[in-house]
Amino acid sequence: MTRHLKYRLASACALIALLAAGPLRAETTLSFLIDNGPDTLVAAEALVEAYAAKHPDITIEIDQRPGGGEGDNTIKTRLATGEMADIFLYNAGSLFQVLKPEQTLHDIAGLPALANIAETFKSVSSAGGKAYGVPFGTSMVGGIFYNKKIYRDLGLSVPKTWAEFMANNEKIKAAGKVALVQTYRDSWTSQILVLSDYYNLQASVPDFATQYTANKAKYATTPAALKSFERLKDVHDAGILNEDFGAASYDDGLYVLANGDAAHYPMLSLAIGALQQNHPESLADIGFFAQPSDDASVNGLTVWMPPALYIPASSQHVDDAKGFLDFVGSVEGCKVLMGVNTVQGPSLIKGCDLPADVPPAVTDMLPYFKDGRTAPALEYLSPIKGPNLQQITVEVGSGMRLPADAAAMYDDDVRKQAQQLGIPNW
Amino acid sequence: MKQSRSLASGIVALIVATVIFILPFLFIALQAVKSKSEASRLNFALPKEWLFWENLVAVVEARNYQLLLAYFNSTVITVFSVSILVILSAMVGYVMQRRQSRWNGVAQVALLMGLMMPPAVVPTIGLLQSIGLFKTMTGMILIQVAYNISFSTLLYRSFIATIPRDLDEAARIDGAKPWQIFFRVILPLLKPVTVTNVVVQSIFVFNDFTNPLYYLPGRENITVQLTLYNFQSTYTSQYNLLFMNILLVTIPPLIVFIFFNRQIVTGMTAGAVKG
Amino acid sequence: MIQSHPHSRKSPYPFWFFLPAAVIYGVLFLVPTVTSLWYSLTRWDLMTAQFIGLENFRQFFSEPFLVRGLFNTLVYALVTSGLKTVFGLLLAVLLSGQIFARGFLRTVVFFPVLVSSIGIGITFTVMMHPTRGIINEALGLIGIPGPGWLTNPSLALLSVALVDLWKGVGLATLIFIAGLATISPDYYEASRIDGATRRQQFWRITLPLVRPATVTVITLSLIGGLRSFDLIWAMTQGGPGFSSDVIASVVYKQYQAGFYGLSTAGNVILFLLVGIIILPLTFWFNRREVDQ
Repeated sequence: MTRHLKYRLASACALIALLAAGPLRAETTLSFLIDNGPDTLVAAEALVEAYAAKHPDITIEIDQRPGGGEGDNTIKTRLATGEMADIFLYNAGSLFQVLKPEQTLHDIAGLPALANIAETFKSVSSAGGKAYGVPFGTSMVGGIFYNKKIYRDLGLSVPKTWAEFMANNEKIKAAGKVALVQTYRDSWTSQILVLSDYYNLQASVPDFATQYTANKAKYATTPAALKSFERLKDVHDAGILNEDFGAASYDDGLYVLANGDAAHYPMLSLAIGALQQNHPESLADIGFFAQPSDDASVNGLTVWMPPALYIPASSQHVDDAKGFLDFVGSVEGCKVLMGVNTVQGPSLIKGCDLPADVPPAVTDMLPYFKDGRTAPALEYLSPIKGPNLQQITVEVGSGMRLPADAAAMYDDDVRKQAQQLGIPNW
Repeated sequence: MKQSRSLASGIVALIVATVIFILPFLFIALQAVKSKSEASRLNFALPKEWLFWENLVAVVEARNYQLLLAYFNSTVITVFSVSILVILSAMVGYVMQRRQSRWNGVAQVALLMGLMMPPAVVPTIGLLQSIGLFKTMTGMILIQVAYNISFSTLLYRSFIATIPRDLDEAARIDGAKPWQIFFRVILPLLKPVTVTNVVVQSIFVFNDFTNPLYYLPGRENITVQLTLYNFQSTYTSQYNLLFMNILLVTIPPLIVFIFFNRQIVTGMTAGAVKG
Repeated sequence: MIQSHPHSRKSPYPFWFFLPAAVIYGVLFLVPTVTSLWYSLTRWDLMTAQFIGLENFRQFFSEPFLVRGLFNTLVYALVTSGLKTVFGLLLAVLLSGQIFARGFLRTVVFFPVLVSSIGIGITFTVMMHPTRGIINEALGLIGIPGPGWLTNPSLALLSVALVDLWKGVGLATLIFIAGLATISPDYYEASRIDGATRRQQFWRITLPLVRPATVTVITLSLIGGLRSFDLIWAMTQGGPGFSSDVIASVVYKQYQAGFYGLSTAGNVILFLLVGIIILPLTFWFNRREVDQ
């Protein structure tokens, strides 16, 4: 009923506009819902502007929603009630699967841009064999940011094993610097050491994701998986953390890393954007390496996918919306994005190369990709991610809970999610 | 002697209040005039450059002057829903307090349920869609009335007890109809509570963000608290603009309070505790 | 819902006064909310709901730290509502008297109520930082080592409760000020002639006569304390770990994670908990009121 009313209003407005403007032209307005990150807004505005220059008959209105859990709920509520915008931005991977794409979204099979989009991305934004999304940004990685200046001053080299890493930490501590920053005030940051360890876990248990989804492999009973939790205990017990690890925030972490008070910060590469915003002068001194394993021959990056643009089944302007998605998925759209946003990793669109002046942290990532030493994060291989992981990792990282206990607790947390999703065998 | 003692206790109270209550606001105001990277440090250090005007303009201009639209929308919702709330809940509270009947028990439990139960979002959206009120200001106003009426009624119900029944009787003997007794006799006497209620409800409604988020989506429907999301996101926050925005959206309710605060004072004439 | 007996039509307190409020409240709140309780018996993803009996309730009671959460909920509600009532009344008495800069002080005390919880959360988290926070720096000046207000698991909840007091006491004060305004100055005049001290006046006149306001403040702040989590969420997100979780924050986390059936069940449990505490209290208050 509201839609009818809106339709009538819209057509009335269109009529008036027509009478006023004279020349006959069909105007379409598309609504476009994005999250509230400042980078996202800048990127969306640039894309909309570039698209409007080519298609003056289409107006795209940007609307923002909160991020995090509140944002997930906004998306799900609006999809469930048929009130979603014509185009919306949301995660790929496990969160995308939760949306029940085959019921709530419009597939984009046959979109010309799809031919140029990397398979790795298509696999995490498809359901039932059909593609639903185009990437919004570059891929991201998880690992350790480090301060190159401290490394130079102390004569350290990038560690290939966990033991070397801890030895470096001891030297840095002896030099009176904070060796490793942890920032549990923003509890999501406490998960990074566990999540970025997935490349190493997959190297020793190649079918972990499948077995885990099938309720056969567990964190608590898989030694290589349990190791991910033990890393958190290691860094806590070694006494190499910043004194205020429980009270420091993500911004504090970036600050001490950037100004050279601290040497290491385990983080996702999206931090490059924040460093660029708050500490641009320091970017030249910030490097990046993969989270080391116990074995020097196993050394690679865990990769995260950017969010995607989707079209809901309820959209009244599917064809026009597809036109915009096709533009975003093209090399031209990709260049527009790179023009306004800091690159966080390699591009997912063929023919859209990184600009020459990427920050050193990004340059440091490229060899891993060139040698194929990467693995997708677990959330792109399995639909199951327990919601309480960040609280559990804060406990382990603060010495409040032992790794084995934490892993068992997380396994139980995961069970709830699997049951909610109706995955067989749970 | 008395004068100087009250002056002294006033000064002590002023100092304590300053430390406990003002310091946090200094913090907020300080962040609001810093640059983005200075504000990301979140401390009491003075800014190198005072960017009051720049940040103010950035916040007001953001998203095509969205803040101004938000002021307008929030004000409309607040004025209408609080007016409806005050009248309806005073009526309910009045009858509940004055009349002993089994309906009172029902009303009492219904009211408490309103305070104790969180509303169900998705079924409510379905309902609003079916009656054509979803994404409309009318729908949002009625939702605010429905969600806040319990609190408001409870406030009235207890205060109406302080108005003697003799007044109702006298008016009735003079031939006044029930609605005349209520609107001409009782409601004017409830002024201190009404003022309190108006202040409290206006703030609740004006500062609400969950309900507009779900029941009033769409960029033309923005409300003030939702503008804060423009500057605070999961991974990058622009604290200078966030705090400037917080200051700006706090001003309208502050003016309401300062204005109505005088009304409370007038209501109490000589002051309750004489020194 | 409204019956009209012959005698009630003549009453000066007609039941139709209930009608407009009942319609809005019933249609927009009560009906959807009560019907949604059915979802607590299902596994619900907002689009489809699968009936699973009492499984959600079993699951809810096996959440990590649920007992601690229950305990925290009660502690938080009692501490915040108790302190708000006491300080609210004291501030109201102070701010109703002939005091220097009264209007300014009232505004200052009330101002925190106006500011968004997000801003207050960030501000106090910074001020309560264990080493760089202004609170511990001040304590350090007088030689007291300050604790980790929000990082010490056994202290975090109480720290948030204190901030809640700071933020909410203005509301309690305002309601008490309105209550004090209804007390006729004649009582004080008469007692002064009888030679009563100010202390006696407070206990014998102010406290009994401000009772409607006290009942309102206790009821509202107790229900608010049992249900509230916005400051907890803004300051600790229930942490460190799970140590400052209350039932409402557990429910909110489940809702955010997309466990809609489970979180509805959690809401039912929270509702029952609040009901068990509030209903007897309300009826006790009402009985006392009738007695008087």
